[in-house]
Amino acid sequence: MTDTWHLSAVASLVENLDKRLLVALRDGSNIIGTLRSFDQFANIVLESAVERIIVGKMFSDIPLGLYIVRGENVVLMGDVGANGDLDGTEGLIEVDNAEIIRAREADQTAEAMKGDILKRMDFLDE
Amino acid sequence: MSPSRVVPLTFARGAIEKIAKSRSRRADVKSTRVLDVALFYSYFKTLVGKPVTVELKNDLAIAGTLVSVDQYLNIKLENTRVTDEARYPHMRSVRNCFIRGSVVRYVQLPEAAVDVDILHDATRREARGA
Repeated sequence: MTDTWHLSAVASLVENLDKRLLVALRDGSNIIGTLRSFDQFANIVLESAVERIIVGKMFSDIPLGLYIVRGENVVLMGDVGANGDLDGTEGLIEVDNAEIIRAREADQTAEAMKGDILKRMDFLDE
Repeated sequence: MSPSRVVPLTFARGAIEKIAKSRSRRADVKSTRVLDVALFYSYFKTLVGKPVTVELKNDLAIAGTLVSVDQYLNIKLENTRVTDEARYPHMRSVRNCFIRGSVVRYVQLPEAAVDVDILHDATRREARGA
């Protein structure tokens, strides 16, 4: 066990301890936090976690506090800020939490309407 | 990526044969599925250092250099680039990442790194041994 643990990719998350990580979750949300602990299931503990929402050219980080994420919900974890001083928000405008939530809702409504219109136009293809 | 981390395919043949033999001796291992997982795990280990593209179940496709793999087929990539960056703006600054094995749909491999005969032989040996 110690041998395989030593070789495993899960174990190599050791290198990411105490680093700022972007964690993509299965529901499509993206959480950024400092990795403090993990196990073989990729259950993780993130300190000073924030949820980053990007809508068009706007972004906002919603503070979440200390998060324990159950491993099955993790899609991927990547270094942010490993790339010099870049943290992925370059060229984006920071807005406040309430505004980004409004923007996201507007975006989702627009998408839903687009889907609805396309569905209604379906008969044209036949 | 230093060339020493690239495992030559001749090693792959040896490693897979050895694993297949030692596995077939083990009477306690009954399920062929377990054996198959181990086979692909050892196969992926031979691909470390090669450029791969991993497509996830959420349609995100990530190209990068394979750094490590474990028994769950969790994957670590370096120098990653998301194929459709406009759809996934969060990933813009991510250059190294860990992907959980359970969310992977496909792994696209460089054609030169794949020797189907080796896999074929190892699979038949496992099937006979199990």
